[in-house]
Amino acid sequence: MRRSTLITLALSATLGLAACGGGGDPMDTGGGEGDAGGGDASSAPGSLTVGSANFPENELLAEIYAAALSDAGVEVDTQLNIGSREAYIAGIQDGSIDALPEYTGGLATYLNPEITATSSEDVLADLQENLPDDLQVLEISEAEDKDSLVVTRETADELGLTSIADLADDAGDLTLGGPPEFETRPNGVDGLAEVYGLEFGGFRSLAAGANLTVQSLANGQVDVANIFTTNPAIEENDFVVLEDPESLFAAQNVVPLIRSDAVNPTIEETLNEVSAALNTDNLTSMMVQVQTDGEDPADVAREFVDANLGG
Amino acid sequence: MIGGVAWSTVGELVLRHLYLAGLPLLLGLLISLPLGWLATRYRWLAPPMIAGTGLLYTIPSLALFILLPLLLGTRVLDDANVLVAMTLYTIALLTRTVADGLGSVPGATRQAATAMGYGELRRTLVVDLPLAVPVITAGLRVAAVSNVSIVSVAALIGVSQLGQLFTEGFNRNDMGPILVGIGACVALALVLDAGIAALSRVLTPWLRAGAAR
Amino acid sequence: MISLTWQWLTDPATWTGPGGILAQSVTHLRISVIALALAALVAVPVGLFIGHTGRGRWLAINVAGAFRAIPSLGVLFVATLILLPRLSGDLAFELPVILVLVLLAVPPVLSGTYAGVEAVDPAARDAARGVGMTESQILWQVEVPAALPLVLSGLRSAMLQIIATATIAAIVGIGGLGRYLIDGQASRQYEVMAGGAIVVAALALLVDLVMAGIQRVVVSRGLVEARAG
Repeated sequence: MRRSTLITLALSATLGLAACGGGGDPMDTGGGEGDAGGGDASSAPGSLTVGSANFPENELLAEIYAAALSDAGVEVDTQLNIGSREAYIAGIQDGSIDALPEYTGGLATYLNPEITATSSEDVLADLQENLPDDLQVLEISEAEDKDSLVVTRETADELGLTSIADLADDAGDLTLGGPPEFETRPNGVDGLAEVYGLEFGGFRSLAAGANLTVQSLANGQVDVANIFTTNPAIEENDFVVLEDPESLFAAQNVVPLIRSDAVNPTIEETLNEVSAALNTDNLTSMMVQVQTDGEDPADVAREFVDANLGG
Repeated sequence: MIGGVAWSTVGELVLRHLYLAGLPLLLGLLISLPLGWLATRYRWLAPPMIAGTGLLYTIPSLALFILLPLLLGTRVLDDANVLVAMTLYTIALLTRTVADGLGSVPGATRQAATAMGYGELRRTLVVDLPLAVPVITAGLRVAAVSNVSIVSVAALIGVSQLGQLFTEGFNRNDMGPILVGIGACVALALVLDAGIAALSRVLTPWLRAGAAR
Repeated sequence: MISLTWQWLTDPATWTGPGGILAQSVTHLRISVIALALAALVAVPVGLFIGHTGRGRWLAINVAGAFRAIPSLGVLFVATLILLPRLSGDLAFELPVILVLVLLAVPPVLSGTYAGVEAVDPAARDAARGVGMTESQILWQVEVPAALPLVLSGLRSAMLQIIATATIAAIVGIGGLGRYLIDGQASRQYEVMAGGAIVVAALALLVDLVMAGIQRVVVSRGLVEARAG
C-alpha cells in the first residue's frame, strides 16, 4: 500500500521533471503561451503574458497594460520584476513573456550602441530600424522617463553644479552610483567619459534597485547617482537633476514592446490607447502614489485605466 | 491585507514557494536514495561521491539559477531552472545522510535478514531502508528548511515566490512586505519540518513501541 | 561558453587590479571571517553552557531550527533599510551583510558545540570529578578538548555556507566575489558569472581544506588515537 503510493509519487515526479525540462528546445521561438498569435485572423482578443523590468515604474506600467488588456477581453498573465533590460529582452525573445513597457532611448541604444539620435522621432526611427523581426514596438507615449545624473542639494551648492558638464573638475573625487548595467552600457560610465570627459573616482554598483541608489545618495555613500527622472524620491529628498546639454541620455518615451506573433488588432488598439493616455505628469503622480504613499501598483493601475480608458 | 500585501497574494506566493522548494525535495530524495546506497554498497565510492555531491553546495544559488538555462536550454524565466537547482542542493545534502543512515544499520540485523533468505535488493528495501528512516528524515528536515530559504533568492531572477515580497518591499522602501515574506518563509519552513518529523514517526512505529516500554 | 569562461579565468587582467579576483577574494574572505568569528563568539559559549549543564537544549534546537529557516535575502533587505540611513561609509553596506551571515552561521556552530560536549564519555567526566577537578576545570580540560572535533566541524560547515552566501553582498553595493555574479547578470556576460561561480566554489573548498588542516593540528592526539584504536 505504502509502496504503491511511493511509486505513484515517483512516477508523477519524474513526469513532472520531464515536462519541465522538455520545454527547452532553444529553436522553439513560437508564442510559447499557446495560441496567442498567428492562426486566428478574427477579432478574438487572444492571450498575452505581460512582463516588466525590476523597478517600480515599469511594474506600474506593466500593470496598466495588463488592466487595460484584461478590460478588452484579453487573457492576461503577468510576470513582473524580471531584471535589467539585458535580462528581460532575453525573456521576450525566448517567449517567456510576450510584451512589456519599454523606453525608446534605452532600447534603441541597447540594439544599436552607435546611436547618435536624441530626439523622440529620431530615436524611434533608429529603434524601428534595429528591432529584430520577431519583436515590434507600438505607438509611443508622450510620457518620458529619462536616465539622469542626480546629486544632493548640498553637493550641488557646494560644487556649483547645474549640469553634468560642471562635474569636470570634481569627478575624480566623487563616487558614482547606479545599477550594475550602468557601468557597462554605452550611455553609462563610458558615455560620461566620452561625451563629457568625466572619470569618476569610483563606481558603486547598486543592484537592488532604485531605492538603494536613492538611499545611498541621500546618506552619502555615493556622491552622484544614476536615477530615473520620474522617481518621486528626487523631489522628496530635494535632489538636483543635472542637465544634460550634450544629450548623452536620449529621449525615453514609454512604448509597448511586443512579440510580433503575439499582436492582434484588439491588443494593438488597446495598448495604443494606453500610450495616448499616458504623459510624464500623470506617470510621475502615479509614481508618488506607489512609492511615497505605498499604494499597490495594481490598484493605482486599475484606477488609471478606469479613469482614462473609459473601460 | 497584511503589511500592505493582500492575503490572497500571500497565499499564492506561499503555494508557489512550496512547489519550488517541495518538489525538488522529493526529486532529490529519489535520486539520493540510490546514490547513498551505492556509497554504502561500494565503500570506495563513498569518499568521491560524498565530496562530489557536497561540492554542489558551494555553488552560489544565484549563479546556478542564472547559468542553468544555458546548460539545460530552458527559458530564462522557466521554473525548471529553480527546480533543478534546488534538486541539486537537496542531493548535496541528502546523499551523505542516506549513506550514513544505511550504514548505521547494525551488522547483526543485516546478517539476520540474509540468513532469513532475503536477497540484497529485498533486504535493502525492506530492512535497511526502514531502519535508516530516522537518519534520512533528519537530513530531509534540514534540506526542507534550507530549500525554503534558498528559493527566495530566485526573486532576483524574476521567478515569483515569497522572495518577490523582498524585492518589492525593498524597491518601495517599505518594510511591510519584506517582513510578511520573512514570516511566511519561516512559517512554511517550520510546517514542512514538522510535517516530515510527523511522517518519520508514522513510518517508524517500532521506535515508539520501544519508548513506551 | 566554456571556452569564454576559461579565457576569462586565465586572463591575468581578470585577477589583478582593484576589481580583480584577488582583491575581491580578500574582501570576500574578510567579511566571511568576521562573520564566522562573531557567530562563534555567540554560539560557542552558549553551546558549551547547554552541553555542560544540559539546560536549554530544547530551546537551542528550536532556535537554531528557526534561524535556519530565516531567508537571508529578506534579512539583508530589512537590515539594509534600517541601517543604511544610520551608518556612514562602507559600514552601512557591510554591517547588514555581516548580520545575515552571522544568523546563517549560528545554527551549525551552536549544534556542533553542544553535541560535542554532550558526546563526551560520561566515564571521563566522572573520572575528572573523581580526581577532584572543579566544574570549570572539567569544562576546559576535559569537555572542551574532547568536543573540539565536533565544534570545528560545525565551524567548517558554517564557513562553507558563509562563503557561498556572502555573494549576495554584491546586491547591496559592496565588493566580494558576488560582484561577478551580479554584474555579470546585469550585463549578460555569462562567462563572468560562470567564472565567478567557479572562483567562489574554489575559495570555499580551499578554506575548508585549510580548516581541515587546523582541525588536524589542534585536536588532541589522545582523541585521534582513541578513535584509531
